[in-house]
Amino acid sequence: MYFCGMAKWYELFWSFFKIGTFTIGGGYAMIPLMEKELVDRRQWLSREEFMDILAVSQALPGVFAVNMATSVGTRLHGGKGAVAAIIGNILMPIIIILGFATCFRFLSDNPWFEAVFKGIRPAVVALIAAPVFNMAKTAKISWRNGWIPVVALILIYLLGVSAMWVVLAAIVGGFCYGKLKQRKGGQS
Amino acid sequence: MIFLRLFFSFLRIGIFSFGGGLAMIALIQNEVVVKQGWLTAQEFTDVVATSQITPGPVGINTATYVGYTAVVNAGYSQGLGIAGAFLASFAVILIPLILTLLVSRFLLKHKDNPIIANIMYVLRLTIVGLIAAAALLMVTPDTFGTLKDVPMQFIASVVIFLAVFVASFKFKTSPILLILLSGATGALIYGLLPLAVGC
Repeated sequence: MYFCGMAKWYELFWSFFKIGTFTIGGGYAMIPLMEKELVDRRQWLSREEFMDILAVSQALPGVFAVNMATSVGTRLHGGKGAVAAIIGNILMPIIIILGFATCFRFLSDNPWFEAVFKGIRPAVVALIAAPVFNMAKTAKISWRNGWIPVVALILIYLLGVSAMWVVLAAIVGGFCYGKLKQRKGGQS
Repeated sequence: MIFLRLFFSFLRIGIFSFGGGLAMIALIQNEVVVKQGWLTAQEFTDVVATSQITPGPVGINTATYVGYTAVVNAGYSQGLGIAGAFLASFAVILIPLILTLLVSRFLLKHKDNPIIANIMYVLRLTIVGLIAAAALLMVTPDTFGTLKDVPMQFIASVVIFLAVFVASFKFKTSPILLILLSGATGALIYGLLPLAVGC
């Protein structure tokens, strides 16, 4: 079923290299660039196929951009294509981050460095907190289901429960809720 | 053995990180700062700042930086730190990669399945709480200062927090610009101001 040969592995590598290297701000910021590169420029995928792959990559766990690279790479050039797309996507980011990490080791005693980061730290907390409210809207939060995020928050922040257990509980809870609704719907 | 623990920690993070980069940051913080204690809250905040202003997926950037820092903090060399960085990044993508190969066809076929839709619905709500908890866990004396010991820093931190929050939430200002601006503010308040007052 794979359309092997639709793209050369080095073309996949190069496309995802550009996508990974030139987007700052995480995986979702890459979507417009991916669409332009994969659908419009290279014409490897139809817009519909692209939207399908996008939906699945968002639903699965893990790094969204890497999931995209895996799907697109496999589709166009099998396993080798997937590996080429993934490495292309994350190579430059890893090198740049490692550059920063090693430099910071030497700079951390510098008073100016510390001064800059003293200003940045509260900003980072705000940048994590602000999207929470938009996400709440997207998640269709209401008075009836608002207890779910509140309980998750209390479990993790106040009671120190591992975030992974909370995610697992959400999956099980969602499954049971779905089954329950299905059964009710079947009877009436 | 730090490498083995690093590998399994990030393997777990990869399995449970639904819902994008911020959710993954929350999980990494929970595992690396709260549970394993490899990084302090302050170090982790610096990692997040850096991964927001450099290119690439935030999840990969954070995994790379944490892998490096955790190994070097444990007393190993820089070279082994780089190995730790690659290991963490590899571990975090491994299981999602296998899942993508195995179940993407199945998911696509059943994307309107009510059970899957309900799981995603509850997950999205839970992730809101998860990320809110991560933001709260980042507010420590390390990152904000305290009103008692360093009142000036605490007040400045609260002002920066509020300004960035409003700019990001209301005006959708780019995070890169906000981080650069707050860095400049930090240099001004904590670097230049003491010099000027000292003169």
